[in-house]
This record gives sequence, structure tokens and C-alpha cells, in this order.
Amino acid sequence: MATTATAAPPRRRRGHRSHYPLWFYLPAGVVYGVLFIAPTIASFYFAFTRWNLSGTEFIGFENFALFFSEPYLFQGLVNTFVYGVLTSGLKVVLGLLLAVFLTSQIIARGYLRSVVFFPTLVSTVGVGITFTVLMDPGDGLVNQALALFGVDGPGWLTDPSLALISVALVDVWKGVGLATLIYIAGVVAIPQEYFEAARVDGATSAQRLRHITLPLMRPATATVIVLSLIGGLRSFDLIWAMTQGGPGFTSDVVASVIFKQYQAGFWGLSSAGNVVLFLIVAAFMVPLYWKLNRKEVDR
Amino acid sequence: MFPTRPLRRTAAGATPHMYSSAGVAVVALSAGLALTGCSTGGGDDGTLNILIDNSEATGQLMQALVDAYTEANPDVEIELELRPGGSEGDNIVKTRLQTGDMPDLFFYNSGSLLQALAPDQTLVDLAGESYMDVVTDTFKDGVSAGDALYGVPVGHAVGGGVLYDLAAYEELGLEVPTTWDEFMANNQAILDAGGRAPVIQTYGTESAWTSQLFVLADNYNVLAAEPDWAEAYTANEKHFADTPAAAAGFEHLQEVAEAGYLNEDFASLTYNEGLAALAAGEGVHYPMLTTALTEIEATDPDALDGIGFFALPGTDAANAGLTTWLPGALYLPQSTEDQGAAKDFLAFVASTEGCDAQTAGASVIGPYFIEGCTVPEDVPPAVAQLQSYFDSGLTAPALEFLSPVKGPALEQITVEVGSGIRTAADAASLYDEDVKKQAQQLGLEGW
Repeated sequence: MATTATAAPPRRRRGHRSHYPLWFYLPAGVVYGVLFIAPTIASFYFAFTRWNLSGTEFIGFENFALFFSEPYLFQGLVNTFVYGVLTSGLKVVLGLLLAVFLTSQIIARGYLRSVVFFPTLVSTVGVGITFTVLMDPGDGLVNQALALFGVDGPGWLTDPSLALISVALVDVWKGVGLATLIYIAGVVAIPQEYFEAARVDGATSAQRLRHITLPLMRPATATVIVLSLIGGLRSFDLIWAMTQGGPGFTSDVVASVIFKQYQAGFWGLSSAGNVVLFLIVAAFMVPLYWKLNRKEVDR
Repeated sequence: MFPTRPLRRTAAGATPHMYSSAGVAVVALSAGLALTGCSTGGGDDGTLNILIDNSEATGQLMQALVDAYTEANPDVEIELELRPGGSEGDNIVKTRLQTGDMPDLFFYNSGSLLQALAPDQTLVDLAGESYMDVVTDTFKDGVSAGDALYGVPVGHAVGGGVLYDLAAYEELGLEVPTTWDEFMANNQAILDAGGRAPVIQTYGTESAWTSQLFVLADNYNVLAAEPDWAEAYTANEKHFADTPAAAAGFEHLQEVAEAGYLNEDFASLTYNEGLAALAAGEGVHYPMLTTALTEIEATDPDALDGIGFFALPGTDAANAGLTTWLPGALYLPQSTEDQGAAKDFLAFVASTEGCDAQTAGASVIGPYFIEGCTVPEDVPPAVAQLQSYFDSGLTAPALEFLSPVKGPALEQITVEVGSGIRTAADAASLYDEDVKKQAQQLGLEGW
């Protein structure tokens, strides 16, 4: 037995010989099944019904047709992509730069690291309410500070073309700490020998960043992209706390549209929206995750 | 499902309650019990339990009624249980009705929200009770289903129109407008005089609902032009986009916004800040429900004397009438065991003694719906102006009391019109799409 096991490739050995019986999975499996699988399947069913207090009525794909045909529901879809890509992109760029900066030899490094990470610890709704006050077009601190320099600040959250971007920037402010943390772990994990060797070869710090740090941080980048993109596509709490999707529908994302449909009692329609959101996130993330991990393996 | 959003917002967002009577402890305790589901449903312990929402206005009115009733009937004990307002409150009411856990009586909205409670299965029909004879027909329309009658009114009639600054009108020599054109001329005069915003709009945090008034409070004028509007609208025969009188509400909002009559900070101002701006004379017109008067009284009682009220003007000066909202009512659930005691209290509420008790204990912001009830002489000017519409019979209910069809997205749509994001015509057809969902959800014929 022992000989066959050592001879077999590692993958197969894991499949054949487990130290624990299969029914050990049962408690976790039941919890997962009851709390996750069952509601997910149920919501797929309810998405095809018109659902109110007196019961459900099967209406086929009507909810989905409605979801995609209404202008402000579709607008929510577009906004979701804008929001997800914008926040994810900025978190990657800013997180990387901050991580490189915070791993270099600077004064008060530990303190600065905690400053960058701090917003991640604050409640999202609290952040939203605070920034709503700060971004008030008249009395807000942001525009008053800009006024000191003679700049007439815009209505960050009240200008239809700016509202979504303003919320996205606050999301980045709040989330960049986590991205930085992941990147710091990635930078620290790079063996110092590479840098020493590069220095001996006369590489400048820019060259070291370009040819050592960046390539070796690919796993960290993949993690940051996956986490922040999923978070961005599903984002709801910050948007709801800051604009409730307003002014009008201009900063609505899929999640806030779903919530409004639910509030209005359109439970079937909101289930359909949830199914759409689930499929979008899955359709986006599964190939992306696969691709990012493939590259990692290739190296 | 939110036909009375403006009203309910006011109720849910009221300031913390401050009852002067000894009922505070009882109220607080029973509220706690209600939340944990431990309270007894029926009147088995000889106490009459009443579930009410936690707004300032309802609390004042109900406490006044209870105090007066227990004074006259010392052997009766009444407990008020508090519930939250808004959609959370709707859920509590529906759940407790369904599970038979509703107290002996409860206070709830009239109109289409009542219809959502399936009253024929859950509530006692009061049509045969003699005390219902003095309830006015206007109110009965809002609490009936078929031939059955379910509620006894608590509180005052509410008008939807324009609250305005009396001092500014006097200073500029303006007259209360009876047509839309006169209203716009007044706005221009105010703008030309400078220093004040002609029209206050408030689209800030949690205040988007205030943007609906131009549309909702225009219903009197819609009905004046299209007498069968409510029925045809419910039957999917007439719509906002293809009925000029109905689309006018959206157009009016667009006109006001495009003419530059709005306050500069309309996009971020909140409802309470809007009321403060009106009281401070920074803006002259604020399209609003008269429930705002309670709010103003709570924060700045002196300001009430400087505020007037007129109905949203339409096209016909001779028929300048008011769109009204009905107050909530007390309902008797079928699960109540001792209906005699509960009905005795209802009879008291539906009597002139009942409204005198309300007048004594709470601020009067409009006429009652009980025949023979009078409003004191020394009411604030806005209430007197509101009363005059009722005296001359120039009132019509808001659409939500005539039709169950109200779309949930109206407030976002009107915010877009007021902000210049969407045109009135586009908004009207978008809203027609929005109400379609609600009608289908309710399972109405013809949608």
C-alpha cells in the first residue's frame, strides 16, 4: 500500500486516500445546502414567477424581458460595469504604488501602513454618510477646501454625470487599504537576492520595479483584481448610503435596482435581477479567475 | 406598494416622541413586548390594546383620545403599542394580522394600503354600526371595499399644494394664484425682486419623495378635465403620457426647473432643510403636504404664523380646487375577542367628543372627517386656508385613494425631471411603464 502510494502521482494519491470518512463533510454540507444551495435554486424558480403575498404565478421569461427592457434597469447594468472596472482598476494601480512605497525605507512606515489600512476597518455606511456630508456642494469640506484655491467645486453627488464616479472614488478610498495589504505581502515575499543581484548588475530602481517587482507580484495582482471586481460588481451598501441610486437613476447599479424592486414588492422581478447579477458575476469572474491562475501556473 | 409615500415618510421620519402623560412607560414597555412578539393578542386580560405607528402626530392624537376616554370610563384600561412606520411597519401589520396576533384595535393608512391587507378576510365590517353615520362620505370611500366599511378616522384632512411665505407675498404685492400662468407670473416677480428662490425643491438624502408633489397634488385638476380619469387609469385605458391633463404635472415641474425658479441647492437640500428655508424666507413656494405644518410646529412654532397654503393651480380660475389626502384610521381585526369594548372606543373616536379630545391634545392641521366636529378659530393661517377649500367643496382625493395603481419609481422620475435629466414627456411615458409592473403585481384586469 505504501509503495503504491509513493509511486502514484500526488494528485491521485489525494483522491484515493483520505484520512477522514466522507460523512465528516455532512454537517458543513447540510449548512451549506440549506443556507446557500436551496435558496439559490429557489430564487432561480421565483425569478420566473409573479410573486406576492397570496402566492406565485408562473410567467416564464417575462421578468427577465422586463428587466432588460426598462431603461433605468439597463442603465443600472451599464453603471455596474463602469463602477466595477473603475474601482478595481484604481485599487490595483494605487494599491501597487502604495505597497511599493510602504515597503521602501521611509520614516514612520508602520504608522503610514496603518493609516492606509484604517478606512477598511470603518463601517461602509458610516463612510458613506461621512462622505455625503463632506461632498455637499455648498457646505461640504471638499468644496470649501477647493474654494480656498479659487476652484468652484462641482456637486460631487448631485451632478448626474459625476455621482457614480464620486461614489466609486470613495469606494477606492475605503478599499485601497486591503489591496495595499495584499500587495505588501506580495512585495515582502519577493526574495531579496533578486534585488541584490540586479543592483550588482547596475539596475536602476525603476528597472527593478519593472523587471522584478511587477512580474513577481502577479499572484497578488490576480487576488486584488478578483476580490475588488467581485466586490465592485456586487456593490450596494456604499451607493445606497450615499446617493440611493440618485439623482434620479443616474448612479443606480444592478444591486440597488434589485433592492428597489424588492422594496416595491416586486419579489419575482427582484429575484430575476438577482439571477442576472449572479450570472453576470459568474460569467465575468470564472474565465478571469481561470486565466489569471493559468498564467501563474505557466510561470 | 407605496401609494402614500409622502404621508408615510412624514410619519416615519417624525421627531422622537415626547408624551406628557403617564402613558410613556406603558407605551415603551408594550412597544418592547410587541417587538419580541410576547404581547397578548386579544382583550383577554380586560385591557384594550391598540397598535399605532411611532410618529409624533399619531402618538399625540391617540394619547389624547385615550386620556379623554379613560377619564370618562375609569374602569377601562387602554394600552398603546408602538410599531415602526414605513415598509417595516407594513410588514408588522400584515404579519400580525395573518397570525391572529393583532391587538384589539390598530391604526393604519386608509386608501390603497388598506386594500393590501385583504380587509374582507381580516377586518370586521363596521358598515352596520350606528356611529359610522357621522363619518363623512369622503372618508368612507377611502376605507371601504365593496359595501363593507372598515375604519374610523383619526386625525385631520391633509391637503397637497403649495406652502408659501406670507411676508414675501405681502412685500411684493402678490395674490394667491388660481391658475398655473398666474403662479408662473408670481414666480417671475419673485425672481426679479431677487434674494429669494421662487420655488423650493428638495432632492437631498431621503427626501426624493418631495419631488412628487407637482404630479400627485395635481389630481384635482386632472379630475376636473377628465372626470373618469381614475377609473380609466385603473383599467389601463388612459395613461399619463396620452392624457394631457395628467401629463401637465410633469410639464409644470419641467417648466419651473427650466425657468430657473428653483433654489440653487435643490439637489442636496433635505425635506427638513426645505421647511427651514421656507420658514426663514429663503424660498417662497414649497409644494408640499400640509402634514409639514406639524413638522414646522415641532421645530419652529412661531414660523407657522408666516406660512400660507394654496392648492396647486390648474387651468380654470373658477375651479381652483385642492387635492386631498385622507388620514389613517382605527381598524377592528376579526381576531379580537371582546369586540364590545373595542367598538365602544371606536364610537367615542367617531364622535364630536372624540375630535374635541384630539383638538385639546394635539395640533390641529386641518378639518375632521366627523360631521359636527369643528376646528378652533385660532388655527394657523395655512390651516385656515386649507379649511376654506373644504368649506367651499373644492376638494378631490389624491389618485392613490381612487386607484390602487401607483408605481414605485415616481420619486426618481420626478427628481430627474426637476434636475433636467429627463423631459416631462419622457418621464410621463416612463412612469406609465413603471405603474404597469404594479398593476400586474396586483393582478388587475386589463394589464
